[in-house]
Amino acid sequence: MERAEIESKLNELLVEELGLDAEKITPDARFEEDLEVDSLGVVELLMALEDNFGVQIPDEEAESIGTVSQAVDLVVAKLAG
Amino acid sequence: MTDVALVTGASRGIGRAIALKLADDGFAIAVNYASSAQKAEAVVAQIVAGGGQAIAAQADVSDPDAVAGMFDAIGDELGPVSVLVNNAGVTDDGLLLRMSADQWDKVISTNLRSVFLCTKAALRSMLRAKAGRIINISSVSGISGNPGQGNYAASKAGIIGFTKSVAREVGSRGITVNAIAPGFIQTDMTASLGADRSDAVAEQIALGRLGLPEEVASVVGYLASDGASYITGQTIVVDGGLAL
Repeated sequence: MERAEIESKLNELLVEELGLDAEKITPDARFEEDLEVDSLGVVELLMALEDNFGVQIPDEEAESIGTVSQAVDLVVAKLAG
Repeated sequence: MTDVALVTGASRGIGRAIALKLADDGFAIAVNYASSAQKAEAVVAQIVAGGGQAIAAQADVSDPDAVAGMFDAIGDELGPVSVLVNNAGVTDDGLLLRMSADQWDKVISTNLRSVFLCTKAALRSMLRAKAGRIINISSVSGISGNPGQGNYAASKAGIIGFTKSVAREVGSRGITVNAIAPGFIQTDMTASLGADRSDAVAEQIALGRLGLPEEVASVVGYLASDGASYITGQTIVVDGGLAL
């Protein structure tokens, strides 16, 4: 899967599953500070990534996800394998 | 699509009454059982005969893989679980000095670990739906204690703390989590008391009698209904006035 494809799929998940405002989603947007995702929301994000991209994200790696582009990076790295 | 309710340990006793009540209230029911296949099928047959929808769902609910498999099967056959009733439970009584570590582990695992595993599995779809009801069957033994039930009382008290914690964790997503603490209810579990002991117990109950499984099931029906939308983290005692 191409990076652009992952990015657009992720944006879709953020709107549909986490109920985020599409206009606020940019690569640099921070989940907690800019997008107002709470701790349970971060867990929901991880579940959505795991379910939709077929990857496993352990807690210690999840901590690296601060922004939208970091989430894309992680999925790209996971899929590359 | 019909809302789906999973009742663990639903082949007999209080669980069976809960399954029948929720079916009456219009839920499609997953009747979980560990080993009583025939009894579970009888509950399913009774629901279907009454015009309802139900399936039997075998799983040892203290086993993570079995729980995952059960939720997959229910999802495929009925749809995502929107009401979870954690009812499965066993007793293995003994005065503490005579209680083995195995007796302890067995009761804690069946009664408490199962609640953790099933709640965790159910929350995935509930979070997605931003709705859901989790109802945990505790016991007055977990509130007041009971000689000979150190293991059982600990598991049932554990359920109350778990209920409050999870209620706080998922409240923002429209999911409620409550517990019910039945007192002495006429089931196979209390039948072992014998008639003399039952009479002695009844004397300590304000209403002067043991309860019926249906009298617990009706409270589950209420907690699963729209009318209970603003109740969460609570433990409702259904004991006829035993622990006043």
